[in-house]
Amino acid sequence: MIDEPFSAGSTLFHKRDPKVKLIGAATISIVLALCSSILVAGIGFIITAILLFLSKPAPRLLFKRLLQVNIFTLFIWITLPLTYGGDETVHFFFLNPSLEGIRIAVLISLKSNGILFCFLALLATSSTANLGHGMEKLGVPRKLSFLLLFSYRQLFVIHQEYQRLQRAAKLRGFTPKNSLHTYRTFSHLFGMTLVKSWKRAERVHQAMILRGFNGSLIPLNQPQPSRADYFFLFAMLLISLLLAGLSFISFPL
Amino acid sequence: MHISEGILTAPVLAGGAVLTTIGTSIGLKKLDYDRIMTVSLLSATFFVASLIHVPIGPGSVHLLLGGLLGLILGWGAFPAIVVALCLQTIFFQYGGLVVLGVNGFIIAGPAVLCGLLLKSLLNGTRRKQMIGGFLAGFCSMFLSAILMACALFFSDAGFLRVAGIVLASHLPVMLIEGLITMFVVTFLIRVQPEILSLNT
Repeated sequence: MIDEPFSAGSTLFHKRDPKVKLIGAATISIVLALCSSILVAGIGFIITAILLFLSKPAPRLLFKRLLQVNIFTLFIWITLPLTYGGDETVHFFFLNPSLEGIRIAVLISLKSNGILFCFLALLATSSTANLGHGMEKLGVPRKLSFLLLFSYRQLFVIHQEYQRLQRAAKLRGFTPKNSLHTYRTFSHLFGMTLVKSWKRAERVHQAMILRGFNGSLIPLNQPQPSRADYFFLFAMLLISLLLAGLSFISFPL
Repeated sequence: MHISEGILTAPVLAGGAVLTTIGTSIGLKKLDYDRIMTVSLLSATFFVASLIHVPIGPGSVHLLLGGLLGLILGWGAFPAIVVALCLQTIFFQYGGLVVLGVNGFIIAGPAVLCGLLLKSLLNGTRRKQMIGGFLAGFCSMFLSAILMACALFFSDAGFLRVAGIVLASHLPVMLIEGLITMFVVTFLIRVQPEILSLNT
């Protein structure tokens, strides 16, 4: 259930230094998140879609991921046109959705999917470990990046631990229902997972102290940004600048 | 319990980012390297909680358990929750980089507040412990839902009714969070009470 399906590959995007990708993803998403014109959001959507296409994600996985994340967009589409209010409305069967509500819904869909595409193209193509070290190099507090790297490291173990308990419950005939018993069982399963992870933390901590841990983690591969990376960074910043510049020109939309 | 990218406006995004940065730095300051391993493990466990689906009515909801983390870690819950959200963004693309500040504060703020306020109840009688656990889960979820509705409303007043729907749809989730947190707390007090005295 937890994996990084897009991080394996050998495209241009996979080879780039995580630091460069982090900066690129951050600038493009900030510009897109702040834009308020449909045209600029649309251009951003197209550019990020091209980036995503170039990173060659597996189509089926990509489709599934896009669907999952767009549930909220769907919710916006269902609710916003009917509740937004405003003077102009269009007649649609027996409903009267407001034009302004539809406009906002379109804008939100373009923006959130544009940012999602940029994220999938730039960040999902790196492993979390590399991103964590990249963040530390970019100035994220060492303790925070340590927390990130270590939670990531232990995530899979804890998830397996929980699944093991869950399997044991199932073998004893536990079927989830709407009952207090179900809630209590889930709580105890989770509580036991907590106890186990607490004990594991203690053991890992002791093991690390024994190996001379002083608060810093040394990554095995320490990529240095190459010329191609700087060129890539330049391209990403250019895209952000272009989108930001377009936001200042007033378009009819 | 995530606001997606592309919905909020600049002032709300900036406000969330500032508040989360403050909360996280306080949390990190109170955290020394002896406890950092425990916090990372709890952060990972918190992430796993969001994968647990509990049946309710005809559907199911996933757990959040921010209140529980607040009870266990106090201020330390802030960075732990931010890290868990960060991992969710990386793994599932839920939320995002720019709204991380807002989402972080929506979940971590109430969690820390409830944790700090209700912690003392856990030293009382069994009844008090149960009430403390329930309130931590219920109130942190309640406040989170209110903060989420506020974030939407402050971005665009036209979101008022959407925010209302969001708030109402979280009511059953609050009850479940309360019940589950209550059971987990009483379980931990019986099985491994040291976990709950971690931040004292």
